[in-house]
Amino acid sequence: MNQQTAIKNAIEVKNLNFFYGKFQGLKNVSMNIAERKVTAFIGPSGCGKSTLLRTLNRMYSLYPGQRAEGEINLYGQNILDKDQDLNLLRARVGMVFQKPTPFPMTIYDNIAFGVRLYESLSDSDMDDRVEWALSKAALWTEVKDKLGQNGLSLSGGQQQRLCIARSVAVKPSVLLLDEPTSALDPISTGKVEELVNELKSEYTIAIVTHNMQQAARVSDFTAYMYLGELIEFGETEQIFFKPTKTATEDYITGRFG
Amino acid sequence: MPDKHLSSQFDAELNQISTNVMEIGGLVESQIRQAIFALSNFSVEVADDVIVTENRVNALEVEIDREIASVISRRQPTARDLRLLVAMSKTTANLERVGDEAAKIARMVKSIIDGVAPRALPSSDLRVCGELASGLLRKALDSFARLDVQSAVAILREDDLIDKEFDGFVRKLITYMMEDPRTISASLDLLFIAKAIERIGDHSKNIAEFIIYIVKGEDVRHTPLADIEAAMNTSN
Repeated sequence: MNQQTAIKNAIEVKNLNFFYGKFQGLKNVSMNIAERKVTAFIGPSGCGKSTLLRTLNRMYSLYPGQRAEGEINLYGQNILDKDQDLNLLRARVGMVFQKPTPFPMTIYDNIAFGVRLYESLSDSDMDDRVEWALSKAALWTEVKDKLGQNGLSLSGGQQQRLCIARSVAVKPSVLLLDEPTSALDPISTGKVEELVNELKSEYTIAIVTHNMQQAARVSDFTAYMYLGELIEFGETEQIFFKPTKTATEDYITGRFG
Repeated sequence: MPDKHLSSQFDAELNQISTNVMEIGGLVESQIRQAIFALSNFSVEVADDVIVTENRVNALEVEIDREIASVISRRQPTARDLRLLVAMSKTTANLERVGDEAAKIARMVKSIIDGVAPRALPSSDLRVCGELASGLLRKALDSFARLDVQSAVAILREDDLIDKEFDGFVRKLITYMMEDPRTISASLDLLFIAKAIERIGDHSKNIAEFIIYIVKGEDVRHTPLADIEAAMNTSN
């Protein structure tokens, strides 16, 4: 716990407000996301946890009428700045969604597609990158003999790991996982959780999950959100053993009503 | 004891375990009182009752731990619920040990009755000590039922009193034994009883510490009393 002070922040969110048109989805949220740690966002539906995750790579910018105010500093640079290059940002801050979203192309191309947008690699370098990414996502041994097959032919759990491999392939510094296992069976879920644990040695990970036990299992820090506000944020062990706010305790013990 | 969960079944399960913990507490408390009565009145029948009750206490201990393991496996409790379950398991273990100590006293009483009647020995001092200990256990159980931190801290203070009484009693016994070596055998029996009573005080103290653990989330075992008092006052 003494190493707390030595932890470096990958992202610093300061006084973040977010609006869906007139509706305010996030209210004055300030928090730090530690480098090479797993930070989990929990809270009931509509609490703003997915909204917060989506601000971190400005996924919301795809939709008109949605806007964020405040600061989100990614290694000191405010990504809410107007001149922020969004494609570059999303290469640095990758995202994996609730439902696996493989492209309707080969397993190989699912990985190579994103890489080609940012880098021009020789064929052999690209082969290496694909193998590297699939290995990172703990999928290589399962698919190495069928890289030419369509990505959609894989099982749900494999598809999700393919999506994680695709994000990892462009070597981001941050990975955002939006309920990555809610459509998966327990075995696939276990594999993804194991993967999260391995990836955090190299990547900063933020995960939104409805599964509190999952947050307890995989994260180093947990943020509890409610009605667009950050209610409590701290070390996961402390949040699940001895939360300081009654609202947090009520939620994690199932007294929320 | 706990306020409402979304799952009323969860509440019912926790309540059932709490009720059983209180029941085992009530059983061992009456065991102590009976053991002290048997000592003061040289009653073999009452001493036998204490020993018979042990079976029910043991069975209840096993039942409580089974229920706790079941809730943990199915509900993955967190925070206060988790602390409550951990504390209830440990409290049960302590209560069962109190029952063992009471049975030990009952067996000693029988052995004293079988021997030469040692009426000159200070068994009335032991009765006072025993009542102190059973009163302390009663308070611990009350505080547990109400999750009352302040009275839990008071119990920690009172256990020190029993420890002092014990030391005084040992000195007294030594005097008796030096004056008349024929009392040595009975004195040793009384010494074992005194030790059992002193242990009961310690178990009550442990239970009081678990109450603080449940409510405050602080593990105050092996912490000096003054530090605990200071911490409880500042965090309130």
